[in-house]
Amino acid sequence: MTSQKVDYIVIGAGMAGLASAIRLLMFGKKVLIVEKHSIPGGLNSYYKRGKREFDVGLHALTNTVKPGEKGKPFHKILKQLRIPLENFELSPQSYSLIKFPDKTLKFTNDFNEFIESIHQQFPNDIDQFLSLVEHIKNFNEVALDNETFMAKDVVRSFIKNESLIEMIFCPLLIYGSAWENDMDFSQFVVMFKSIYFEGFARPNGGVRTIINLLTAKIESLGGEVRYKTAVTKIIEQNGAVCGVLLNNETLVECSNVLSTVGNFETKKLLNPELFVAEENIGKLSFTESIFITKEKPHTLGSDATIIFYNNRPNYLYRCPQTFIDNQSAVVCFPNNFKNDQMDEGWLRVTSMANFNLWKNLNSADKKSYLQKKEEVASENIELLKNLLPEFSGDYLFKDVFSPTTITRYTGHLGGAVYGSPDKIRSGKFPETKGLYLAGTDQGFLGIVGAMLSGISITNLYFLQNGSNE
Amino acid sequence: MAELNYDQVRTHVLNIIADIALDDDVTSIKDDLLLREQLDLDSMDFLDIVMELKKRHKIEVPQEDYPQLATMQSCVTYLTPKFNQ
Ligand SMILES: Cc1cc2nc3c(=O)[nH]c(=O)nc-3n(C[C@H](O)[C@H](O)[C@H](O)COP(=O)(O)OP(=O)(O)OC[C@H]3O[C@@H](n4cnc5c(N)ncnc54)[C@H](O)[C@@H]3O)c2cc1C
Repeated sequence: MTSQKVDYIVIGAGMAGLASAIRLLMFGKKVLIVEKHSIPGGLNSYYKRGKREFDVGLHALTNTVKPGEKGKPFHKILKQLRIPLENFELSPQSYSLIKFPDKTLKFTNDFNEFIESIHQQFPNDIDQFLSLVEHIKNFNEVALDNETFMAKDVVRSFIKNESLIEMIFCPLLIYGSAWENDMDFSQFVVMFKSIYFEGFARPNGGVRTIINLLTAKIESLGGEVRYKTAVTKIIEQNGAVCGVLLNNETLVECSNVLSTVGNFETKKLLNPELFVAEENIGKLSFTESIFITKEKPHTLGSDATIIFYNNRPNYLYRCPQTFIDNQSAVVCFPNNFKNDQMDEGWLRVTSMANFNLWKNLNSADKKSYLQKKEEVASENIELLKNLLPEFSGDYLFKDVFSPTTITRYTGHLGGAVYGSPDKIRSGKFPETKGLYLAGTDQGFLGIVGAMLSGISITNLYFLQNGSNE
Repeated sequence: MAELNYDQVRTHVLNIIADIALDDDVTSIKDDLLLREQLDLDSMDFLDIVMELKKRHKIEVPQEDYPQLATMQSCVTYLTPKFNQ
């Protein structure tokens, strides 16, 4: 066993960990960044199949800023990381749809168009909607000491029409709730502002553009991410963290550790024997099918960028009883951002999925697991035919990932993309001095949220008081 | 060494602010108005100003003195003796 000593350790090179590491390095701290996987990105990483470059997840970057605007969350992040906005090469969405059986709402990066759409579809409820909007505008969703309370109760105190409530919640839940059918109100406001007020864009080059900007910044500051290096244990002595053990048998002494791997995932590193109850593990996991087609989606019949599809009167955001829920999905056409630089058509379908069913099948019988992925692809193709009138169902290539893929590559228990419903908003583990949490289970989600979390927690606990040492 | 005057200290501070508030025009800063109201700066960014003062000029600003950095004028007044130490 070898040993070494550093000032700070960041566990995980996802969006939260990378942003945190940049801040520490900017302040001249000696930091060790460890990542289990062989590449960075975490839940929003990338891979290659054949000649094609794939993104994990990335439908869209939320919190789009428009030219001339100032002071938005995304500006704050870029300022803190000192990365110029232009470098993200953002291409805005055309429009997105919330498609329910009876009604369809449309939104763009101009919030007025969403108001207009609600006005048309729900003329009797528009005033109630606008009073909710006022309440949201005045709410400080990022305060680290906000209490947890459920959003649907708050929204129902403004809006009476349940159908409208279901439609408003649909994109916000599936893009960022760790709870079934509801979400914490602060998180609701984060999502509402980032999706409806600010909107969607995609960096040219996809998630690689974002990750490359972050890793290049780390390099320029003299930092280094150690890949294929997992923390196997966080070592604690007398209620304070004193180091970590790595999978290569190295002991690293350190009294400041920031974990981005999740609440219970971190607690398990402190105590590998820890039992995590079912209800504390997030239940929301997904499959995603990606199809590559010769024709682009607009030729196949749709100019929409993202379609939040739901075929029931209400929206069931929950772990389905079946392998996937085939009555709802998020469909993304990356070609339909304003600046399409891709040669082929890309169709992505994300479905809610049952982690345990996938896990049991995967461990029992590899062949049936692969067969099940084929079935999901076929179901997703049928859905796409519904949304794209000219689509025959033919494609050049496809890839499907399942909830077990998510756990394998990111370590999130239960394949829970949005982590556990037990968030630790303060980012502190009160039992263990020097150990902090950022990212998914601190409560700020998505690419922008995770970066903001990494920055805020690092500033608060590592830089604010430590700037004089 | 000659002591730095108001304008010289101001230039040092301005250079730091310009690097932090990347998207702002810093040429029009009014010295007697709050910086955070003229520029897109919040409390997190003041942390960076303090860090840069230390990195570039070896000047320490303890946390209780952060309010001294509110306007350009108060910055320069507070920092001039530190620059000239
Ligand atoms: C399919 C899918 C689609 C998505 N679409 C979007 C989207 O369109 N827009 C958007 O904004 N967000 C999207 N998201 C959400 C977004 O990806 C996440 O919210 C965000 O990336 C979370 O970042 P994080 O840093 O908190 O966590 P993570 O990305 O999970 O980072 C944690 C890192 O820690 C590493 N790690 C775990 N255990 C250890 C260990 N013991 N030692 C060392 N390293 C370890 C993991 O490998 C991982 O890299 C999507 C997610 C998925 C899965």
